[in-house]
Amino acid sequence: MPGKRPWKMAAGAAAISLLVAGCGGGDSDDASANSNTIVIGIAEPEHLLPTNATDDSGSQVLSSLFYPLVNFNSQQEPVEVAAESITPDKANRVWTIKLKPGFTFHNGEPVTAQNYIDAWNYGAYGPNAQTGGYFFERIDGYAEMNPLDPDKDGPQKPPTPKTNELSGLEKVNDLTFTVKLSAPFSSFESVLAYSVFHPLPKAAFSAPGVIAEGFEDQIIGNGPFKLKGKWEHDNEVVVEKVSDFKGQVPKIDGITWKIYQDEQTQYADLVSGNVDVQMNIPIEALSKASADLGTRFQMSENSGFDFIGFPTYESEFSKPEVRKAISMAINREEISDQIFLGSRIPAKSFVSPVVRGYRENICGEACEYNPVEAKRLYDKNGGPEEIKITYNVDGGHKAWVDATCNQIKASLGVNCTGSPEPKFSVLQQKARAHEPIGLIRLGWIMDYPLMENYLGPLYSTNGSSNHYGWSNSNFDRLLKQGAQAPTPEAAIKKWQQAEDILVQEMPVIPLRFMQNVYGYSEKVQNVEMDLFKKVDLYEIETIA
Amino acid sequence: MFRYIVRRLLQMILTFFGATFVVFALMFANQDDPIQALVGEKTASDSLRAALTERYHLDEGFLTQYWYYMKGLLTGDLGKSLTGRDISEMLADAWPVTIRLAILAILIAAAIAVTTGVYAGIRRGGLFDNGTLLMTLLLLAMPIVVLAPLAQLVFAMELRWFPATTTKNATLYELLLPALVLATTVIATQLRVTRTSVVENLRADYVRTARAKGLAPRRVTWVHVLRNSLIPVVTLIGVDLGVLMSGAIVTEEVFNIPGVGFNLARGIRTEDGPLVVGFVSVLVIIFLIVNLAVDLLYAALDPRIRYE
Repeated sequence: MPGKRPWKMAAGAAAISLLVAGCGGGDSDDASANSNTIVIGIAEPEHLLPTNATDDSGSQVLSSLFYPLVNFNSQQEPVEVAAESITPDKANRVWTIKLKPGFTFHNGEPVTAQNYIDAWNYGAYGPNAQTGGYFFERIDGYAEMNPLDPDKDGPQKPPTPKTNELSGLEKVNDLTFTVKLSAPFSSFESVLAYSVFHPLPKAAFSAPGVIAEGFEDQIIGNGPFKLKGKWEHDNEVVVEKVSDFKGQVPKIDGITWKIYQDEQTQYADLVSGNVDVQMNIPIEALSKASADLGTRFQMSENSGFDFIGFPTYESEFSKPEVRKAISMAINREEISDQIFLGSRIPAKSFVSPVVRGYRENICGEACEYNPVEAKRLYDKNGGPEEIKITYNVDGGHKAWVDATCNQIKASLGVNCTGSPEPKFSVLQQKARAHEPIGLIRLGWIMDYPLMENYLGPLYSTNGSSNHYGWSNSNFDRLLKQGAQAPTPEAAIKKWQQAEDILVQEMPVIPLRFMQNVYGYSEKVQNVEMDLFKKVDLYEIETIA
Repeated sequence: MFRYIVRRLLQMILTFFGATFVVFALMFANQDDPIQALVGEKTASDSLRAALTERYHLDEGFLTQYWYYMKGLLTGDLGKSLTGRDISEMLADAWPVTIRLAILAILIAAAIAVTTGVYAGIRRGGLFDNGTLLMTLLLLAMPIVVLAPLAQLVFAMELRWFPATTTKNATLYELLLPALVLATTVIATQLRVTRTSVVENLRADYVRTARAKGLAPRRVTWVHVLRNSLIPVVTLIGVDLGVLMSGAIVTEEVFNIPGVGFNLARGIRTEDGPLVVGFVSVLVIIFLIVNLAVDLLYAALDPRIRYE
């Protein structure tokens, strides 16, 4: 019968496609349920090369693969870990770093001073475009490796650096090297805790200053865990315990860093027991998290800081009294409770509580909700009739910006609107160009736990994230004096004086401090998260 | 037939270049500051900005950027994403799972739509017909952004029939729930078209002839009527591939499948032009080939259609 054959073909095609759909999978990689390994959810890391891994997921994975030079105790003071000692000279300018002997990389190479120098040189070299490169800017020779663009955004390109080695790094012997800073800095040891300062083995380089092709997918570290297989992009990174690790030995035998695209999806897996730790429970799931997880739903402080910046270059916001009045018009407690369900803490200081030198409620009555006084102060000083708060819509800020505006409206009797921008980059560009975008919502997460890491980038005249054009020469001077103070304690004194100026001037409205909002499965215990938003991998253990 | 295929393939080349050009232009227009997207809310240092701008030619004009991209493409180099991964490698990682998902969804959709459609067509105006009408209306009214999390909540988290999420190496069983969700986006229209087509053909002259010849009713329906009714349905399935791919963006996110939809969404979010164009190019090729196959299938379904 004619026409029968096409049907057979169609049936065949269907059979083949079913086969394609069916095979290929199957190798379920669930470890046996009672093994001593855990699953932690992350997003796809941008990078795993230490100097390029500045995102949360990347640096979290690195914390399992590498052993840092220093870490922090509960008072946020630096404690040597892989370093035997870190000592400054009298001027706090040349720092001698001695390494503990006997450590090896996962491929067997001994960890030497040269490994640190090689890794840092690679990170600091401008053309390598490492996102963590700016961490090295205090070291002598950084400027030569990152020459300035002669005409900023113009057609000329910055010249190629003459050298690809930091002149400030010098090897003394196999386990000792010195770091010369371009200016004295008594708190430099705290900076060294960040993951960009990890060493790289010889195997990482195919030629001096060139990372070997594919090294990042099979990264070799000096930490308590080593990579098992390869980094499976968008899927998982599996690490297993190093058998004879010389440092502090974790209580678990391995971690599967499972990669999720979406936090709500990850939450579904946490509730169904497929993931053991979720480091950030999305705000949509907060209301049911207590019911779903009970005591396995936890919060702990981290370094995040939410605030609103004033366009201080505009005349209507140039008076500190006007800025204070707007701050007093906001009921921080109500927004923290109603919108963030208690997951964020009202902020009344200009640095986060996680840094040494933080003083509670330093902002005083300018951050207390007081609508009557706010209105009086605002009217007396001729505050503008229209207030606009610009925010980026891709960060989930609409709810609290609208709530803040409603409070301002009610307290001051002026009109206030939230003005959305599609992306943070657009908001930033407009602020930099001094376009009339009104107040801007901003946030900050520290790189290292020092007051300076808030004061410098956010409020100094040339601060990298000072988008609101505030400038105060006294403040800049105190900040610099603090950095060059003989001891970290003396530095804190100066920085606190600088913060006092912020209280007087109110260039921004502090709103909230963020917290780690995390949950874990019934399989694990002793789950703690630090101020860097990382799980403590040395304390966590499985329940037998 | 052979000449027809050659002609179509030549047209494809033109369509392909046109499509990549349009997508590239759209991505270029959407690009504000990919370097900022890379560093989050921190400020990129000047030297980082300068180095990345030069590496990805971000300061060049549109045509120069397109020229760089095309030059790479013609030498088999799809370029690198802004996070430094080879896009060809990302394609190879992402496509298999999405193809399996799409085929499974098409099969589920076609199987359900054709069988129910035919029954509804035979019993036109009956309870079953009206029931399916109601069901398809419901499905059409529910967008996939609602349906996918809902299905996950009910079938995976509450009833625990399926796993809540899956991975790149998903088994057939793990893919079943996402495929079902994906299938719902196209099932309704396919079902309605099948039903209408069957209803129409049941009144055709050749059906009366077949019945008059004394052929078994089952044979009349499932061979004569169905074969003629399938032509519009097959066309629809070819077109639906596009719907499935866009639906995959949501489905893959909800069920954590690192496939094409996820990569497209990521590329758009991080303003990664080459990444998006790379994935869309392959999407365009598949779309073109499937539609060629659909056209060729017409000839198999209807002997009157011949290609010269």
